[in-house]
Amino acid sequence: MESSSRQPAGFSDSKPRAPGRVVRYGGGLRALSLATLAVMTAGLALVFFYAPLEAEQGFLQKIFYVHVPLAIVSLCGFVLGGLFAIQHLRTRDQRWDMRSYVAIHMSLIFGVGTLITGSIWAKGSWGHWWVWNEPTLVSFLIVFLLYATYQPLRFAIEDPERQARYASVFAITAGAFVPMNFIAVRLSTAYLHPRVLGGTSNLPAPMALTFVVCLVAMALLYTTMFKYELTAKHTRAQLRALRRRLAGEDAPAGLSRARTAAPTLQPPATIGAGAAGRPG
Amino acid sequence: MRRTVAALLRKELLVELRTLESVPGMSLFAVTTFVVFHFALNRSSVDGDLAAGILWVTLLFAAILGVNRLFVADADQGGFDGFLLAPVDRSALLVAKAITLLAYIVVLELVAVPAFALLLLGPPLGQALPDLLGVLALADVGVAAIGTLVAALAVRTRARDLLGPLLALPLLVPIVIGGARATSPLLALAHPGAPAPRWLLTLGLYDLVFGLIAYAVFDFLLED
Amino acid sequence: MGAALLAELPALPLHTAGKYVAGAYVVLFALVLVYVAIMAVRLGRIERDLGELLEGGETGEASQHAAQELQRPESSGA
Repeated sequence: MESSSRQPAGFSDSKPRAPGRVVRYGGGLRALSLATLAVMTAGLALVFFYAPLEAEQGFLQKIFYVHVPLAIVSLCGFVLGGLFAIQHLRTRDQRWDMRSYVAIHMSLIFGVGTLITGSIWAKGSWGHWWVWNEPTLVSFLIVFLLYATYQPLRFAIEDPERQARYASVFAITAGAFVPMNFIAVRLSTAYLHPRVLGGTSNLPAPMALTFVVCLVAMALLYTTMFKYELTAKHTRAQLRALRRRLAGEDAPAGLSRARTAAPTLQPPATIGAGAAGRPG
Repeated sequence: MRRTVAALLRKELLVELRTLESVPGMSLFAVTTFVVFHFALNRSSVDGDLAAGILWVTLLFAAILGVNRLFVADADQGGFDGFLLAPVDRSALLVAKAITLLAYIVVLELVAVPAFALLLLGPPLGQALPDLLGVLALADVGVAAIGTLVAALAVRTRARDLLGPLLALPLLVPIVIGGARATSPLLALAHPGAPAPRWLLTLGLYDLVFGLIAYAVFDFLLED
Repeated sequence: MGAALLAELPALPLHTAGKYVAGAYVVLFALVLVYVAIMAVRLGRIERDLGELLEGGETGEASQHAAQELQRPESSGA
């Protein structure tokens, strides 16, 4: 999902840490992944052994339990990216930019899943791989196309501080766009076919329960992957710091780093040394 | 603030009047696009949904041409630095540029809409004209706000001509939806109707939300 | 009970619908597994880099080696 040449432009972590206090991003990761496993298994079991068959679409309707949670979690992730971006602009702490980036990145992955499962569902229901009369799917496509420009935007700005700032502006604008877009597309669609995505209000109780469990499972999966990604980035940054420390006086004056599209975390010792991120 | 905006606005319009960089190009592009549509669709006259669609798509892409050029002079010739040195409210730049873009689009429409009526539109425009102008005005405000924000975002990146449209188009889709749906009954062959209020509401709401957002985040684009 | 219910359905026959449903769930599975694979690659890289750093320390060439590493444009997606 991340192309190998897209390393984040460097930036320095502005908050100095108290000596002896090690920051760990991966702290709750084990508990989180176990919880995800448990709820996901419960959800799958409910889908196939408990939830009743829907009258109109039959077995095909089961896709609902994977497609809609993917969509909801993905959209919430996009909005979350916008919220993190607001924090970044307010506090100028680059860790918020990192969170914003990872949130949007994960949401894009979940978004691909949404579009593919939606397409499969459309093919099964109406015989075409894409239909325009499902407003949620259409809105989703537009949102996806918008967020697909996030990485190219970041990649096109070399200065890491400006890259983070512009990316945050984009994330906020796009985050506000998501609900507005859904309203607009929803208004514009003629309801030719009955939609199963009409919300949980008209779902019978067993289906509603299954749906909620699957939604929670998907949200947990997102959170786990989000934390996993942050931990990986942090570990990489720690490795870099270790290398720098070992290099000692032989460290080159400027850090040679390829132009990148995502943020990194740099420990405070590197402030001033190559913070400009000269293109490699 | 008002004086700053007025001063900036005067500068923008003066520069445009002297160099004629954006508006003639946008207008010409729109007219040429209508001709292309004629050949692409193989139709001599369009009405209803199709007419609304052609009009809005053409206006949209012509406006994007203007968006691309909006901040180029400032970025390339130090206009940003000059502005940042002045002790004025930075949002004034946003307001001034947005009004400029709005003016460009209005002039564009002054050329494009009659051209459309002449070249492609089937039903006569006379009765529907006031409503059409109203819808266009509402949509133009939204295009101006979003276009200015996207222009500022894209201008100092490496692929500015590419990123601008890529960022702008999805953000402008709701405006296209509102505009096209509202215009479609106006251009109908049989009984021209009035635009449905929900579309006007959509457009107005969208304009408001994104106007506010653009105003809120614009400052962050200028610090440098 | 299940058989009777299935017999009443007007929708796609089970073997057809089943393929689509399976496809959708496979997509989810595949996404997670692709991510696991990417993380595995990254983990391997981190382990290798740490190993190099450790070895460099033992033989006393840490400075040189680390400086070389810093010169090399980072190519991994962390």
